[in-house]
Amino acid sequence: MATLNSNVPPGPLADKWRTYKSNLKLVNPANKRKYEVVIVGAGLAGASAAATLSELGYKVKCIVFHDSPRRAHSIAAQGGVNAAKNYQNDGDSVHRLFYDTLKGGDYRAREGNVHRLAEVSVNIIDQCVAQGVPFAREYGGLLANRSFGGAQVSRTFYARGQTGQQLLLGAYSALSKQVGAGAVELVTQHEMVDLVVVDGHARGVITRDLVTGKFHRHSGEAVILATGGYGNVFNLSTYARGSNTTAIWRAYKRGACFANPCYTQIHPTCIPVSGDYQSKLTLMSESLRNDGRIWVPKKAADCKKPPADIPEEDRDYFLERIYPSFGNLAPRDVSSRAAKRMCDEGRGVGDTGLGVYLDFAEAIQRYGKQVANRANLHNPSKEKILELGEAAVKERYGNLFDIYHEITNESAYKQPMRIYPAVHYTMGGLWVDYNLMSNVPGLFVLGEANFSDHGANRLGASALMQGLADGYFVVPYTIGNYLATVKPNSRPSTDAPEFKAAEENASSIVKRLLAAKGKEPVNYYHKKLGLIMWNHCGMARTKEGLEDGIKKIQALRTEFWANVNVPGSGDNMNQALERANRVADFIELGELMCRDALTREESCGGHFREEHQYPDGECKRDDVNYAHVAAWEFQGEGNTPLRNIEPLNYEFTKMSTRSYK
Amino acid sequence: MSLIGNLFTSSIGRKFIMAITGLVLVGFVFGHLVGNLQIFLSPDHINGYAHFLQGLGPALWLVRLVLLATVALHIWAAVVLTLESRAARGPNDYGVKKWLHATWASRAMRWSGVIVFFFILYHLAHFTLGIADHENFKSNFNWTMQHDAKELGITLAKQGEGVHDVYSMIFIGFQNPIVSIFYIIATSLLSVHLLHGIESLFQTIGWRNGTWACCLRKAVTGLVVLYFLGNLIIPGAILTGIAEPAAGSAAALKAAGQSVTAPAAHN
Amino acid sequence: MVAETSKNISVTIRVWRQPATDQPGKFVDYPAKDLNPNMSLLEMLDVVNDQLERIGEDPIAFAHDCREGICGTCSLVIDGKPHGPHHGVASCQTYMRSFEDNSIITIEPFRAKPFPVIKDLISDRSAFDKIQQAGGFISIRTGSAQDANATPIPKEVADLAMDAAQCIGCGACVAACKNASAMLFVSAKVSQLGLLPQGQPERDTRVLNMVAKMDELGFGSCTNQYECSAACPKLISHDFIARMNRDYIAASFRSAFKPTPAAGSGGGA
Repeated sequence: MATLNSNVPPGPLADKWRTYKSNLKLVNPANKRKYEVVIVGAGLAGASAAATLSELGYKVKCIVFHDSPRRAHSIAAQGGVNAAKNYQNDGDSVHRLFYDTLKGGDYRAREGNVHRLAEVSVNIIDQCVAQGVPFAREYGGLLANRSFGGAQVSRTFYARGQTGQQLLLGAYSALSKQVGAGAVELVTQHEMVDLVVVDGHARGVITRDLVTGKFHRHSGEAVILATGGYGNVFNLSTYARGSNTTAIWRAYKRGACFANPCYTQIHPTCIPVSGDYQSKLTLMSESLRNDGRIWVPKKAADCKKPPADIPEEDRDYFLERIYPSFGNLAPRDVSSRAAKRMCDEGRGVGDTGLGVYLDFAEAIQRYGKQVANRANLHNPSKEKILELGEAAVKERYGNLFDIYHEITNESAYKQPMRIYPAVHYTMGGLWVDYNLMSNVPGLFVLGEANFSDHGANRLGASALMQGLADGYFVVPYTIGNYLATVKPNSRPSTDAPEFKAAEENASSIVKRLLAAKGKEPVNYYHKKLGLIMWNHCGMARTKEGLEDGIKKIQALRTEFWANVNVPGSGDNMNQALERANRVADFIELGELMCRDALTREESCGGHFREEHQYPDGECKRDDVNYAHVAAWEFQGEGNTPLRNIEPLNYEFTKMSTRSYK
Repeated sequence: MSLIGNLFTSSIGRKFIMAITGLVLVGFVFGHLVGNLQIFLSPDHINGYAHFLQGLGPALWLVRLVLLATVALHIWAAVVLTLESRAARGPNDYGVKKWLHATWASRAMRWSGVIVFFFILYHLAHFTLGIADHENFKSNFNWTMQHDAKELGITLAKQGEGVHDVYSMIFIGFQNPIVSIFYIIATSLLSVHLLHGIESLFQTIGWRNGTWACCLRKAVTGLVVLYFLGNLIIPGAILTGIAEPAAGSAAALKAAGQSVTAPAAHN
Repeated sequence: MVAETSKNISVTIRVWRQPATDQPGKFVDYPAKDLNPNMSLLEMLDVVNDQLERIGEDPIAFAHDCREGICGTCSLVIDGKPHGPHHGVASCQTYMRSFEDNSIITIEPFRAKPFPVIKDLISDRSAFDKIQQAGGFISIRTGSAQDANATPIPKEVADLAMDAAQCIGCGACVAACKNASAMLFVSAKVSQLGLLPQGQPERDTRVLNMVAKMDELGFGSCTNQYECSAACPKLISHDFIARMNRDYIAASFRSAFKPTPAAGSGGGA
């Protein structure tokens, strides 16, 4: 049984991090270069950690499976990054950001972690601006903000619809500077396939070179995993095709606990599925909900009519109706479930009936009149208002409208967008304490790969904030506290038996995959798994459904290993093998997710159990029995994993019913 | 890296050399054209002008050396950059290749440049050195100045002075259709070269941007069209007989089948 | 609502197959039948690959990741144009409705000497990382930044910097250029940082170092034909190349004449 000590320091909430930082053990500057930190992943969390740790003087190795660190999927985040700067003077504060995030997560995150996140959010913006991130600005030259779901203040900083890209390129440039200076060794196109644990401490990783197929051993005094989320377990998601769980899953199998795997975020505004060939779903940024109004027809009979033919009184603006105070900006889990309920009632739109409208007609009118007023146009014609309004909307969301047009061949200026929820983020991940260290000492986990800050649901524009907070401002402090207890230059030789055993383990998996020589391609199994997960462990879950899902996944796993066909060899670039290696882990993870969802007999945030709801369909949380983190511990192949519990102690905040009405 | 190093070894430095030398050569060809258009005035003008230039002595040679060096640098940069760019393309060509934006003038740069280079060699041999068509070289004809030739207050040649008859050399040269057509083809290629080259030098030096790129293109096109017309009109008018040699010039005498005056002693 | 896209289509894809960098490559034709026109080109390749895998044949290797046009991984030359027939999109945003029924689609990797083909349609673009490492950054240590609003930046400047910053590092500019020049990529980064006040201290060294690295890696020079910006999935303007040219020449002159400070007096007290 794993020991799960959160290590959240005592003391008043607002002083915890500051006091803790001042008391952390330090590593002598001259000794830092004697410690090697192996970092896997170079998204926001990985790249920022690699850059910062090497600036501090540590020897850093950064391993990515992409051809360049700039390709990590952090790049695809569109909307923005939250920070409690209160530049808008609209009443924002560190405490308010803390509270919104904690409440948004349905009171399933640690108070201490979330408060620290809110505190360092302000440093993130300073750091990024200094790096040359071209955030949007007002005419006076100061930074612009916009509002996002789950908040009643404007605290989101953005760079057009490409905020993730710009923040990642900032972190990548910091990393590049260190690589150029010879302070970081960059290893690209290597996929981590096992964690090496020596005497109970994480001391290295095994990677497979995706170009040559060879296995490599990397040794260090500490290992950082910043490998992102596992939403591709659903096959169809807004994740990049390459995003996978392999690094954290193999670490789980070496003893790291997997916390709250069932907490998955379903994003309400994605382009609906159009066919079974589809490989990914595309997100339409949450920022669209600032101006777009979400509706479905009141009458199921109207669903197949063109939206323009449905008069105003026959439209149900259901978010505005159910959640009047937050309206279209209700949090993601709440909005997604509401959309699902509408479609379940038979009021969904589009060919599949799985879609709701996101309508900009009103925004176009409003902006059109505003612009006309400002330009001193009196009694402008309808056409003129439409023209001005479309231009104003284009300035704000043009690139998103373009993406929508490319994919659907429809113009969202002329007719409402059709959107439907899709898997977007996983709040679960490897369990970490306040230091971001897992229960395996020496193994740190950052960003989406850990479980720490978002509880059961993540608010918009908070993922970028957490990735950068972990990498720039948390782990550089806390890793020193661990390394100070480790002798300098004490990393094991890569010839140690533990490295040999881990490499043999990884290569045996590859050999088994290649030897199967069955009848179906890897994608066939990924699609099947995705469908099982969506139907049984998706937006709404039931006991029977989850039990059935576990059985189906177990059967799928057996079939996969017997009948998958991975052509070619393991001695060169083999993309089918890469995919098979990842899907094998997804299948195992899928089972764990269902198990976690099954044992969490409550509804909270992204986890909705139909048995636990209020009559109006809202989440019914059970704070008496489930105000805890479920951290699953691997017990060996074929054995049921162990469910460990870390209780969540709310010292400063009252766990209230989360309402956005 | 030193300044000279940056200019001569970096890709941008070499492009800068190409642009600056190009700019000098653009200045030269336009000046040269304006000088030559004097062919349509009385022989005193062009002959006086040529006489003045020849009389500059060391200064003329200095200018010639600078121009030669400019041409040499321009060609050196072009050759080095072309070879490097060819090498950069890599081992396999595309199976299908489409042009997306490049103008036809820009795509003709390399071969238009090469042909213009050979044209310059011929042009020097023809009108400057008298190797080609030596019989009709300017030093074989004499012209007696009928008036003082003056430009910008400088006296180019005095009345009564005996000078080389450049006027007749050009007339006689261009009455040969092969020579004329070759000149027309070569100067039109040069115009094509200038069409991309002039606009391109603004980009290379960093003086172009999207805000006024459209004006720049129009201005360059207008300038090049004028240049082309100017160059077309000299051989064109002579070959078609629209322009007739002035009475008393060697070319007029020759056209009338009379013997041409023996060269006067050159001062 | 979806215009004329109801009928399924069939095409033949002519794909560059090359087992490894040091082995010769060739074009091979594959049929792709009964495709939904709303399928993306990459999804069509997925379908073809599934068929190949089913019969135990090596699937076509192609680079892809986010499939929404932002990560810069996908890198196909489709019918002679990097990223395919459309303007301002990446290969992953190309849909089958853009092709005629029964047509032949030629698909090749991005080609250039500094981008050697790793396998089939995948080229090695790590040269771009090396250019970035030579100077594509502002040296700011984590934690040492001033308040983000301490230096106002005019909106037009920030917007122009953002125009340059949109580069996704895909390499289409190099692939499209007859000289395999990386000027658009380098100039986008140089301009983004050079426009912002934060980028001024290293402005000269940045452009000199990045251009030197670009030349060293074997990219060609710019002949101002602007194939790069026409192929760019983010429509980055070649105006940035002019800006970089100017910066480079100015930096060369400035660095030649700037005074050298006395050697640092380290190790005090």
